[in-house]
Amino acid sequence: KDQDIYIQTLRKLFNESHGIFIGLQRSDEELAGKSRRAQLVQVSKNYRSVIRACMEDMHQAAISTRDPALQSQYSTQVSILSAMELIWNLCEILFVEAAAAGPLLLRLLDWVRLHICDVDNMVREVLSSENPSKHELFWNVVDVFVLQGRMDEARHLLSKEASANPTSVNMYKILDDLMKKMPMPSLGNTQTLTEMELKWQHWHEECQRYLQDGTFASNSHMESICKILLGDEDAILEKKELMTTWYHFLVTRLLYSCPTVKPMELRFYAQSSMDLFLGGESSPEPLDTILMAAFEFEMHQVIKECSIALSNWWFVAHLTDLLDHCKLLQSHNLYFGSNMREFLLLEYASGLFSHHSLWQLGVDYFDHCPEYGRVYLELHIERIPLNTEQKALKVLRICEQRQMHEQVRSICKIMAMKALRNNRLGSALSWSIRAKDAAFATLISDRFLKDYCERGCFSDLDLIDNLGPSMLLSDRLTFLGKYREFHRLYGEKRFSEAARLLLMLMTAHIAPCSFWMTLLTDALPLLEQKEVVFSAEQTYELMRCLEDLTAQKSNKQKFQDEDVETTKVEMLRLALARNLARVIVKEGTLEGS
Amino acid sequence: VWDKSENGDWHCTASWKTHSGSVWRVTWAHPEFGQVLASCSFDRTAAVWEEIVGESNDKLRGQSHWVKRTTLVDSRTSVTDVKFAPKHMGLMLATCSADGVVRIYEAPDVMNLSQWSLQHEISCKLSCSCISWNPSSSRAHSPMIAVGSDDNSPNILAKVQIYEYNENTRKYAKAEALMTVTDPVHDIAFAPNLGRSFHILAVATKDVRIFTLKPLRKELTSSGGLTKFEIHIVAQFDNHNSQVWRVSWNITGTVLASSGDDGCVRLWKANYMDNWKCTGILKGNGSPVNGSSQQGIFNASLGSANTSLQNSLNGSSASRYFFPPLDSPRAGSRWSSHAQLLPPPPLIEHSCDADTDNLQYPHPRRRCVSRPLNLLPENEGV
Repeated sequence: KDQDIYIQTLRKLFNESHGIFIGLQRSDEELAGKSRRAQLVQVSKNYRSVIRACMEDMHQAAISTRDPALQSQYSTQVSILSAMELIWNLCEILFVEAAAAGPLLLRLLDWVRLHICDVDNMVREVLSSENPSKHELFWNVVDVFVLQGRMDEARHLLSKEASANPTSVNMYKILDDLMKKMPMPSLGNTQTLTEMELKWQHWHEECQRYLQDGTFASNSHMESICKILLGDEDAILEKKELMTTWYHFLVTRLLYSCPTVKPMELRFYAQSSMDLFLGGESSPEPLDTILMAAFEFEMHQVIKECSIALSNWWFVAHLTDLLDHCKLLQSHNLYFGSNMREFLLLEYASGLFSHHSLWQLGVDYFDHCPEYGRVYLELHIERIPLNTEQKALKVLRICEQRQMHEQVRSICKIMAMKALRNNRLGSALSWSIRAKDAAFATLISDRFLKDYCERGCFSDLDLIDNLGPSMLLSDRLTFLGKYREFHRLYGEKRFSEAARLLLMLMTAHIAPCSFWMTLLTDALPLLEQKEVVFSAEQTYELMRCLEDLTAQKSNKQKFQDEDVETTKVEMLRLALARNLARVIVKEGTLEGS
Repeated sequence: VWDKSENGDWHCTASWKTHSGSVWRVTWAHPEFGQVLASCSFDRTAAVWEEIVGESNDKLRGQSHWVKRTTLVDSRTSVTDVKFAPKHMGLMLATCSADGVVRIYEAPDVMNLSQWSLQHEISCKLSCSCISWNPSSSRAHSPMIAVGSDDNSPNILAKVQIYEYNENTRKYAKAEALMTVTDPVHDIAFAPNLGRSFHILAVATKDVRIFTLKPLRKELTSSGGLTKFEIHIVAQFDNHNSQVWRVSWNITGTVLASSGDDGCVRLWKANYMDNWKCTGILKGNGSPVNGSSQQGIFNASLGSANTSLQNSLNGSSASRYFFPPLDSPRAGSRWSSHAQLLPPPPLIEHSCDADTDNLQYPHPRRRCVSRPLNLLPENEGV
């Protein structure tokens, strides 16, 4: 049951991301500039939302399972998913939204706040305690807020400390004021970058003055906060454990030393941040390399590193596709730009085809690979195990929609063969009709007729009765249909119509010669009717047919049941003669009409 | 013969002794022709088998029945390989023998598997060990068959020959020989054609080799229309460090599997720059070689039915693409810090709605957050 949840969760991820993918392919390319960008950002958010949903479900599965092996598996999957969302989020900020200097910092702050949750428990603990300012971790929490640029929250906490400690009221007021006045980039157009930089410069100088005056000298915590506000690297680095990652450190640094950082300047800050933070103690891990590549705007490198580290096609395929829609892969003049997109999508979709139901998603992905999508689809779709008729019909529909005629023919042929081997003639016939396979239809019709000769009745009457225009696929099939119609007419006692049809089958040579004897034998009951059915003309025709038949037979090899044959012929001759006699009389008699 | 059941397990449904010598190879015909097998043996014969649908009880007991439809007895020496031709050529098969003769048979009536006629006999001069039909159904390509030889005598003769059907002479003629392959060849395989104009051929010899054959303009010689090829070797791998016995392509001709005397199966793949690399190593029991699969932990704990799912997300060893995989995440690394990303059950209902703007959170700047709502007394006293 635990495993079911795991599978369900992944399937949901695949299904939902498939929906987003298709939406993106069909989205309005005509939109330009800001609206297009907003559209693409929304798509990116949708993808991330789907990843998060999957993460949640997986997390639920992890905490509810009793099996430690499964638990560790789910937890690892959660880490991987959260790493993917972290990377995607950064790519969204830097590439899709392409945040400019100003908003860039705000987005990065959001990004950090969203993904550094190690401190959440601590924060909660302090806030919910009776006397937060007395809590031993109080200052840690304040530091966390400052490091993440959450000024309001920091100030709120500090106010508690101020009320508890009247002696430091002055210090608190000044610090509170500084934090309140700190200039932040705005999202709207309320101020230009230059304006902001100016304000920030003034503010920075003010902080500097207070620090140098020794205002906070008596309280080391407040002094360190002031140093942080001034962007003092050492002061910030002291709080390593509260930041936990070099990219948190990077964003904090930027916040307090260069809030109007431009996108292209990020790479320098990123590299130095990582070096300072790791301090030579540990080496970068795969995640670090990926994020660094993103900060350096090396999109190709990001994708490559992700392919290695995550070793999964889902992530890189969808991300690359999105970046391609942002026209980013092409503008970088990578000659393999859209080829890489297609390459990754082909890999991902091929993987889906090994699953018994997710292959249907794969079809849509192939549809959107202009170069090789179709041929990949052709090759894969032929290999789908067709264990049930429904599955075969589903596959067929997909092929027919795409005019994949050869695959349609092949699948129908395979199904027809299978049915034939299992003696399900009706099924075999309908498959060969669908395949428009005249030769096979003839073969199966022959089997039907043979069956009829042996058993005296038809199987699969429904099918034969409702052949409609597909009857014309092969002569033998036409005969089968018409012959069945003869039987039906006879059953409905529409004798003259039946008679006419019977005769036509022979004279128009629709019936194979081998079947004529049977047809003539079928005529017997009609000849024996009380009412005369066959006209003189028709009787002569029948006689001619009989003579043709016996003439042929005498030329060919002897039949086994010669006695039976001779008797039959005798009976026919007698019946024909009698009918002729009756009909001559009837036709010769003047009626009242 | 093994059948795969509903739950993905393989069961042996038929087993019968028939040849009077080792059976070298078996091969399936395309399902369009029904359930048909061919086998070839040291006893100088090749045989064609068809599955007969027996009593319904048999299916329940998991048994299938096979009848021999024909025995091909033309060879005077051990028949070393038998392969059906691509289905667009009808019901046709080729055999090759230790005396160097390749025979091509056809069953004119696909419904009658007991009637096969010998259409071609090709003398290859060297003892043959393997053959491969070119699967391309493009009209631009004539039927083509590659023949490998395991001739052991010291010579520098080409051990791979390519024969092509000539429409004018209605015969197969030698079109090409791969002069660089001089060691005994154990297996040979054309890759499925993705609409390419050129062909890809894999050769199992003392190492794994992959060649491309690009058809040049057909030369108009007196015999008319024999293609000349430009041959390139695009990959050569001796990782098996021993004889390579079999090579086999995947459906799209993008992954090659090879097996060797080192007891390993290796998977080879080309990246989008057409550089071939090893993307996976499997031991005889199917387990990945140590360190060769980061996600080995996933593959082991779930059954085969589910690995395809996680493979799509996490990648399988076959999709390892650029470099050998890295170590699995260590506890305490920054990977695991993300494991604590999600707090215990959130108080909000997280809908799977893709539209994140509908999620209501007090903090204006937070998006897509799954945290308890009462984390902070947001606007209190500020």
